[in-house]
Amino acid sequence: MIKTRNKFFTEKLNLQEYVFCNCFRFLIFFLLTFQFNYGYPQENVPELDIDVTEGIIDPIPIAFPNFITNDYSSSITAKEIIKIVKNDLINTSLFRIVPEDSYISELTSIDAPVRFADWRAINTDLLVSANVSVNNEIITIKFRLWDVVGQSEIFKGVQFQGPSNSIRRIAHKVSDLIYSGVTGEGNYFDTRIAFISERGPKNNRTKRLAIMDQDGANLTFLSDSKSIILAPRFSPDARKILYTSYETGKPRVYLMDLISGKLRSFPELPGMTFAPRFSPDGRKIILSITENGNTDIYTLNLANNSKNRLTKNVAIDTAPSYSPNGNYVVFESDRGGNQQIYVMSSKGGKAKRISFGEGRYGTPVWSPRGDMIAFTKMHKGNFHIGVMRKDGTQERLLTKAFIDEGPTWAPNGRILMFFRETAGVNGAPSLYTIEVTGRNLRKIELSSFASDPSWSPLLK
Amino acid sequence: MKYKKITVLISIFLIISSCSETNGLFGGKGTSNDPFASISQTSLDFFSSEVGDTILFKVNQSVIEPDYRKVLDTQAKWIKENNITSITIEGHADEQGTREYNLALGARRATAVRNYLVSKGVPDSNLSIVTYGKERPLRICSEESCWSKNRRAITIIDNNS
Repeated sequence: MIKTRNKFFTEKLNLQEYVFCNCFRFLIFFLLTFQFNYGYPQENVPELDIDVTEGIIDPIPIAFPNFITNDYSSSITAKEIIKIVKNDLINTSLFRIVPEDSYISELTSIDAPVRFADWRAINTDLLVSANVSVNNEIITIKFRLWDVVGQSEIFKGVQFQGPSNSIRRIAHKVSDLIYSGVTGEGNYFDTRIAFISERGPKNNRTKRLAIMDQDGANLTFLSDSKSIILAPRFSPDARKILYTSYETGKPRVYLMDLISGKLRSFPELPGMTFAPRFSPDGRKIILSITENGNTDIYTLNLANNSKNRLTKNVAIDTAPSYSPNGNYVVFESDRGGNQQIYVMSSKGGKAKRISFGEGRYGTPVWSPRGDMIAFTKMHKGNFHIGVMRKDGTQERLLTKAFIDEGPTWAPNGRILMFFRETAGVNGAPSLYTIEVTGRNLRKIELSSFASDPSWSPLLK
Repeated sequence: MKYKKITVLISIFLIISSCSETNGLFGGKGTSNDPFASISQTSLDFFSSEVGDTILFKVNQSVIEPDYRKVLDTQAKWIKENNITSITIEGHADEQGTREYNLALGARRATAVRNYLVSKGVPDSNLSIVTYGKERPLRICSEESCWSKNRRAITIIDNNS
């Protein structure tokens, strides 16, 4: 079944952070926070029905003078890191790279005083200075982030170290620090996406389990194309994946250990099993079991195999997702006549409906921050990705398309990834990201069709 | 894969009959034109082409419409007459639904057929169900003309029974 193990999980990564001190609040931070929150409806803002906000925020100009290096191989590594970091930052649409040919001053040492006037003169707000060295296959990067306007350092020098094959992860960590230092939001660049890579005609599509970095790099297949594979879900430690496979001819849930490559099936579970997710502590899985044609939600304790049935009725109960504290489960059910979103205790029992808009609702996913629930909404022949508060209020639709489905949260709770399927005989899915504000819709360019993304937690 | 042989048979049947319709990997056929007039009444081709192996459903429904009860009555009769002991019913949904829900809906549809066949005397133990949700559409356009054909349950006779 497993063709290639993800080599990045087998290597020993030793990223170190030094002297991380978030000393100054950057001026732009306040502006940004305001604009970040702009998309959230406030109490007195009328409920928006379809609000595909594409508001424009002036991106912050940031300069990357060449990183300081002592030898050729370090300079190659430095250039590669700069390229990856720039790409990460541009993709947020919050940053704009100041073109290199406009730079007036050069940096000769990261400890030398910065000539702020030279950077202000070319309208730079932010400046990154860094020193990169490669010794014995170990990359060391020291870097600083300057607020050119306030003539101050946003945090005091940071150093990362890792093996030479971890260059992309080191670069993403740099991006994370810049992003979080400026916006005050949590990190999300050093993460992976598990998804389904699809090929072939619509009526005989192959569906393979695949994994890649958040930016589409390092694509690795984890299954062949013999069986249909659906909806992978990361474990809280990002080292395991749950998914559904038709390997036996029926949909059944499997657990793959990404490090050992070991597969666990669940013969103790009856019938057809699908829609699995981990509990926040990683000790249980929650999933749907279809027995005698009826689909209900169960949990399975991974240590002792004890099973707990959370719903028991003739309706379809599926797509469960835990709240981050593990106390609640959000799921979809048609117990009220059509597909809607409900919340219940993670021990089961009475469920409360939280979706009340027009149309049908499915695939609810609790935000890692705990405050919001993302979902798929079907209304008048269109699909939407939307978010609502955990009590169902303040629903906002972020997208609209023929089929937009299956949102997954970035670990910082600010960005959603989902898949969009085009219509017609050649219709096919691709992965997209969008901010919870409704800004910055982006397609992830891949060489195959792609669906069912699962955003990993931050890598350790 | 136990359906392989059947699929091959169906494919050959389709090629011979020059049918222009696309056929899914597991897609059964319920065509009414009969190029195989001399086909053996006990063959699987007869079942799929003459008895009718597919029944269709309304949007989001798993109720067996009166027209299709007749098809299932014939299926049950044929299954009993030919002493078929291993039957799989596939449930499918159109693309206008979310993945998990459609899996559950396909299971509901397959179960509706199963329950009907049992009520007509087919032993429950001879029947099993599988749902494909929206994973294996028979028709691939994104219009009601295709969707209506994709909301289906197919009765598949195990080759070895």
